[in-house]
Amino acid sequence: VSELLDVCLRIGDDALITAQRLAEWSAAAPDLEEDIALSNIALDQLGVARMMLTYAGEIEGVGADGRSASSRAARDEDALAFLREDREYRNCLLVELPNAGPAAGPHAPLDFGVTIARLLFVSTYQHLLYRSLLDSSDERLRDVAAKARKESAYHEDHATQWTIRLGDGTDESHRRMQAAVDDLWPYTHELFTGTAPAGIAPDPGSLRPAWLETVDDVLTVATLRRPEDGWAPSGGRAGRHTEHLSYLLAEMQVLHRAHPGSAW
Amino acid sequence: VVTPESAYAAAAAVADPELRAVTIEDLGILRSVSQGTDGRVTVTITPTYSGCPAMEAIRSDVVDALSRAGFVEVDVITALSPAWTTDMITPAGLEKLEAAGIAAPGPVLLQIGVRCVHCGSSRTEELSRFCSTACKALWRCRDCGEPFERVKPL
Repeated sequence: VSELLDVCLRIGDDALITAQRLAEWSAAAPDLEEDIALSNIALDQLGVARMMLTYAGEIEGVGADGRSASSRAARDEDALAFLREDREYRNCLLVELPNAGPAAGPHAPLDFGVTIARLLFVSTYQHLLYRSLLDSSDERLRDVAAKARKESAYHEDHATQWTIRLGDGTDESHRRMQAAVDDLWPYTHELFTGTAPAGIAPDPGSLRPAWLETVDDVLTVATLRRPEDGWAPSGGRAGRHTEHLSYLLAEMQVLHRAHPGSAW
Repeated sequence: VVTPESAYAAAAAVADPELRAVTIEDLGILRSVSQGTDGRVTVTITPTYSGCPAMEAIRSDVVDALSRAGFVEVDVITALSPAWTTDMITPAGLEKLEAAGIAAPGPVLLQIGVRCVHCGSSRTEELSRFCSTACKALWRCRDCGEPFERVKPL
């Protein structure tokens, strides 16, 4: 049960934090169409997060004997999203990095290149993961994946088009897109680390060859250079995050913590 | 008269909150309506997109509609499987969308040209894959120059 719970938290937290970062572009994107596009993608991600966290809460409330444990009441999606500490989050580091880039200061402006490079890396991974989950032995994961797979194909396509347009664009757009790819590349390794319960979810490492092939093709068309593999920061899957997640959660959780259970 | 048929009819007549021209039945998101021996009605709906913000509004609209039709005890549940696809929009729904100036998606596996809903020209182009709702894309006609929305194939 705890292994399945971990799978749900990984998928749900990746989606939730991705949604939160994308939402920073609402009313701040380069043009109206892009504003709407990124907000729509954020909404899809939030939808997956809600389904996965709801499921995680149900699993948590079931004891080892398969019956609901009264001593440990199940947490709902809101409790999991708004009342967990950063150490309890299981998302990868890549999704929590600021839109300004991993090394940016606290008030650095949003960088569209960073957002697009991350979306390319994350949505390509999610698309492969959801496709693989169609064969999961867990019915609930299969159902969520069947919906999310088609949506993630749109996300991947959107990021691919922008990566090509910016990479193979002007000298300035090429320079900034390459810088974003270089800065984020080390963090992509964590997507393929760790283990997963056999039959329920794919072994993370097994997704990397197909991911690399797809991303490599996009980078080539975009006239971008694939960075060398080297430094590979990780820890997110075990709850050891960058300080950026703490600030993100502070903003995301403040209202719920200040006014528990309020609705409008 | 309060019957399982009238319960279905009441639920089926609920308009989609974002695509007002079509009902939730037209859109293919109303899965089933059943009534238990205790009279309690269970309505099953499915989301178009995972994060569709209209689901809460649909849920409350269904409860309202059934209550007006005489059903007090109503549960609205969400089913994910089989995942919604634009192929589930009924023929009547496709016609109503077109009449409302929203281009219909067409079969998912067949990427055919999109006709302008204003002048009928097939010289159209996609401006953005994303639009005012999760389920639509933004298009423009290259003949009459007008923009229009299209329910995108999913």
